[in-house]
Amino acid sequence: MRVGLAVMGARGWSGALLVGLLVLAAAAGPALAPQDYAEQDLTRRLEPPSAAHWLGTDGLGRDILSRLLWGARLSLAIGVGATALAVAVGIGAGAVAGYFRGRADRMLMRATDVFMCIPALFLVLIVVAVFGASVRNTVLVIGLAYWPPTARFVRGEVLALRGQPFVEAARALGAADLHILGGHVLRNAMPLVLTQASLFVANAVLIESALSFLGLGVPPPLPSWGAMLADGRRFLLQGWWIATFPGLAIFLVVLGFNLLGDGLREALDPRLAAPRRRRGVAA
Amino acid sequence: MTRASRAPAGREAAARDGVQTRALLRIRYLAARAAGMAVLLVGVSVLLFAIMHAAPGGPEAMLVGETFDPAVAESLRRQYGLDDPVPVQYVRWAAGALRGDFGRSFRDGQPVMLHIRERLGPTLQLTAGGLLLAVLAAVPLGVAAAARRGRATDHLASAAMIIGVSFPSFWLGILLILGFSSLLGWLPAAGIAPYGLEGDLLERVRYAVLPTVTLAVTQFAALARFTRSSMLDALGRDYVRTAEAKGAGRGAVLYRHALRNGLIPVVTAVGLSLPALLGGAVLTETVFSWPGLGRLAVDAILERDYPVIMAIELIVAAAVVLANFLTDVVYTLVDPRITLE
Repeated sequence: MRVGLAVMGARGWSGALLVGLLVLAAAAGPALAPQDYAEQDLTRRLEPPSAAHWLGTDGLGRDILSRLLWGARLSLAIGVGATALAVAVGIGAGAVAGYFRGRADRMLMRATDVFMCIPALFLVLIVVAVFGASVRNTVLVIGLAYWPPTARFVRGEVLALRGQPFVEAARALGAADLHILGGHVLRNAMPLVLTQASLFVANAVLIESALSFLGLGVPPPLPSWGAMLADGRRFLLQGWWIATFPGLAIFLVVLGFNLLGDGLREALDPRLAAPRRRRGVAA
Repeated sequence: MTRASRAPAGREAAARDGVQTRALLRIRYLAARAAGMAVLLVGVSVLLFAIMHAAPGGPEAMLVGETFDPAVAESLRRQYGLDDPVPVQYVRWAAGALRGDFGRSFRDGQPVMLHIRERLGPTLQLTAGGLLLAVLAAVPLGVAAAARRGRATDHLASAAMIIGVSFPSFWLGILLILGFSSLLGWLPAAGIAPYGLEGDLLERVRYAVLPTVTLAVTQFAALARFTRSSMLDALGRDYVRTAEAKGAGRGAVLYRHALRNGLIPVVTAVGLSLPALLGGAVLTETVFSWPGLGRLAVDAILERDYPVIMAIELIVAAAVVLANFLTDVVYTLVDPRITLE
């Protein structure tokens, strides 16, 4: 993996830089922020960017830079939390399906089929409609929407690995299934799964901001970037800055995780180096 | 090889048999897929129903949530059939859905289908326009990037693609409104047509430009990336090397050999992009106050209008399942190598 990271390339490193900036903002944001995210000053509503408010103020006179910095924590926590949930469930289901095959495989794959018939955003919408909007529900619901593709991906990797000579060797030496699965198969699948996870974080951040944009994400006054963008849409004619900066923040974070995922994949996926193995065309 | 040794007449018959067998195989395959599709939709409807009833109080809480008079609550419950056992409610709902009857809206008591029919047209216009625009831009760009792999064109195109994939569509919509509507005043910012001018084609186009472009951009980037990698895959194949070895020109290799094979997976990608397209429509319709299904879904959720939410979710899922099926059908037609199992 260390060798792989060294050859990640400019694309991957620029992604890592953006993600690093987000982590920094999430860690130090509240300390760096000039104001609290909920601090209002109705006498200074809708002020354009100035020395006092670098990125201007919103419709309630709140400092946009402060809210963006506080919001970084929310965005990162929800993006990573939802992805961790999806990956944990996905690895469990995908490993069982790909390694043990048979009935469990068929049932799990039918379950992913059913979930994947409902577009992620619509699945997220109906669950939020029923259970209500909160930080915890947002994490749960995005994790729920993304476990099926993760399970499919892990299953594919496990299927490819379980026929490898080193797995057969382990079996010939009398290793137990769980040992082979955990120690040999999953360990070798992990780098690519984590690569995929980086791309899922990008999606999760997008979905989270989309949910808050629609008014169905984390409740106010929490400074979700999506909600700030929705606010900006309301005040579009009074102030361009209100919608512009939160949108830019979302874009850069999503771009960062996408670039990082691409870079990791280029570095770690042996199939991208050589001409791709022929995939079956059977449906 | 046994066929080669037969008499010419026998060979023809064998070839004809082959064609017939293949047609039969295709029909059997499609029939099996159609049956699978029906099972899948039953699964989806059960999942949706289960989510809806997993909440404390379920749809009942949505209906009587703000009603404090127990007698009114009771009559509402009875009116909407919410006092029946859940399996009974499911069967009634599913049976109604099969006939295109999704009950009545909690909000205004109108049939759900009435609302949906009203909103279907605008959404179809938006998604069809967006997808068409995305494909028209994505395929040439993806092919050009792959043909000039590693050169400036490829780097520029790849940069555009990853930026496009990462761009929040709702932010793009807002920026377009800021630029072309607020600043320049060229195009309208919201709605589908001015009141009373719904039949004016020019006005319809003017109102459609910004939403359609917004929806197209995110789809475009994903499709262009896919086209590029699919073409790279095709260009790395043995038949391309063979064609080059035989002295075929660059253009001939690209257009006659690589393109035909490289675009087959793109057909699938277009078919499978429907979920993302519909999700994008929800956001685009919200940004541009476009009177479509996506906007109706968001409103229904904000107003906790359970029958409308369920209807839209099921219709969207059915559209996705149908698109997957049609993609399969097209695939069996354009790719003769496909094995029908």
